[in-house]
Amino acid sequence: MYGEVGVCLTYLNEPQGKIKNLLPIITIWWREIIRFYRQRSRLFSAIAQPLVFWLLIGSGLSASFRPAGTSDETGYIAYFYPGIVVLVLLFASIFATISVVNDRREGFLQSILVAPMPRWQIVLAQAFGGTTLALGQGMLLLLLSPMIGIRFGVTSLLLSIGVMALLAFGLTNLGLLIAWRMDSTQGFHAVMNLLLIPVWLLSGAFFPSTGVPGWLAWTMKFNPLTYGLAAFRHSLYLDTTTKAFGEAAPWTLSMLITSLFCVLTYVGATLTASTQAN
Amino acid sequence: MVDTEVLHSITTESRKPKAENRIEVENLSHAYPERRALDDVSFSVSCGEIFGLLGPNGSGKTTLFKILSTLIPITSGTARILGYNLATEVRIIREFLGVVFQHPGLDGKLTIVENLRHQGHLYGLSGKTLHHRISELLECFGISDRAKERVEILSGGLQRRVEIAKALLHTPRVLLLDEPTSGLDITARQQLNDYLGVLAQTEDILVLMTTHLSEDAETCDQVGILDAGRLVALGEPDALKAEVGGDVILIESIDSDILGTAITEAFGVSTVLTDNGLRLECERGHEFVRDVVAAFPDEIQSIHFGKPTLADVFMKLTGNPFQEMEDGSTERRGHA
Repeated sequence: MYGEVGVCLTYLNEPQGKIKNLLPIITIWWREIIRFYRQRSRLFSAIAQPLVFWLLIGSGLSASFRPAGTSDETGYIAYFYPGIVVLVLLFASIFATISVVNDRREGFLQSILVAPMPRWQIVLAQAFGGTTLALGQGMLLLLLSPMIGIRFGVTSLLLSIGVMALLAFGLTNLGLLIAWRMDSTQGFHAVMNLLLIPVWLLSGAFFPSTGVPGWLAWTMKFNPLTYGLAAFRHSLYLDTTTKAFGEAAPWTLSMLITSLFCVLTYVGATLTASTQAN
Repeated sequence: MVDTEVLHSITTESRKPKAENRIEVENLSHAYPERRALDDVSFSVSCGEIFGLLGPNGSGKTTLFKILSTLIPITSGTARILGYNLATEVRIIREFLGVVFQHPGLDGKLTIVENLRHQGHLYGLSGKTLHHRISELLECFGISDRAKERVEILSGGLQRRVEIAKALLHTPRVLLLDEPTSGLDITARQQLNDYLGVLAQTEDILVLMTTHLSEDAETCDQVGILDAGRLVALGEPDALKAEVGGDVILIESIDSDILGTAITEAFGVSTVLTDNGLRLECERGHEFVRDVVAAFPDEIQSIHFGKPTLADVFMKLTGNPFQEMEDGSTERRGHA
């Protein structure tokens, strides 16, 4: 059944020079993409819920609620839109990192862990995988932006996509940071509901910080996602004159904190992965 | 800690094994916060040999396996693999290791070829070399015709074959397998054991496998028996079995207690009461069986006579019966 053993192990010419360092990263990234393609229902679960939120809550509140500092021409549905794109990014990145939990349970991760590649490469590859998937799904949602009066120029479009990529990378790393510690996907869902959804709710996605009670305003100020969302709002409306938001953190500060968030979550995820034996 | 092993180690030159073609483990101990899993374990295996680590669940064999496969860091004692220190030269050691885990390490959503390609890339193989190597292994394991099928639809035996092919892809010098026969039927198990033996010999690979089945360990060149973290026996299966006195006899009776005492009085041999009945060891077992059945024709319901197995060795050394798990049952994952 196992055939002739003798022919089985002809020794290879070793790869000349150094191992191609990028190859392991690319292959792990590619696997995330293939897996997503073969479980396309994931697309539905990451996009459908935010879309329903947007249409129901957005339309429902449009009649009675106008965010502070916005003009009369834009309604709540327009204010809520960037928050919904970020929610899609959040869902998509988190769902992508759940595969780490599954890989560990099924044993696939172990065979990556004993391969001659350092943990920072493994985490980077996983983060790129999640980022690609989340960005793809976020861009699908970006197609709806003309509906709420956003006009894109080249700069604003590229900038918006760039900010989305940054956000997706940071959120994926945040997911990885949690996933590398988790033994079950149930635990992951608990963290998602208790931690990630509130972080999103208090990022200015749902309501602006203008006029909220002091303690809430401060919580929002210390929420890194507040700055990610502000950066995204700024870049979305770069080429549009009627802005659907009032006060938001300034552009440079927002970008700075968002980038810092990416770096810190990546380092955190790498450190977590390095301390996990299996 | 972040993996800080040097990147430049992976040159053609460094990948050549050092002269020592062996695994040497000295005074290895390991403790989890809640208990001691390994206690002063020492052994040495050479390339070309197949080494079996036999032990019941919780004996520490999985911990030892995880240490050798570089999954958990070594905390006390030393281990050298092909001359490289496991504590400091993990990165180089990983180049030589092929590891087959007990839990399937394949992605069910990928095809056989995709799984193998993924593995090859992790080890820096690519292009023609990788392609050639994959077809060679597919051929060798008799799975060429199913190469494009997704792994999730394959049978357990077939998946195990893909696992081993995957572990051999980068031509490791040391092959580590954790319970490779679990979940396989008896024919597939024998085939696998035979294959591993031939592989070790013809390719001069060091094969180390853990098992909780004494029949698996019988086929190994060397066996280490673990009990509660200690290595209680080490040697060739035949030599170990020779330490058990003569033959092993199992007697079933309605009242084993009384029969045991009676046999000891009549024949002067000590008996042990086990789940399967009375167990005793004696020289010239065939004569004893004849005599004991003649002496207690009504009390004995059945009698079994056999040569000692490694399970008997375990029992003699530890005083505990060797609990073999029913095949196909799932072992609890964790620090076993």
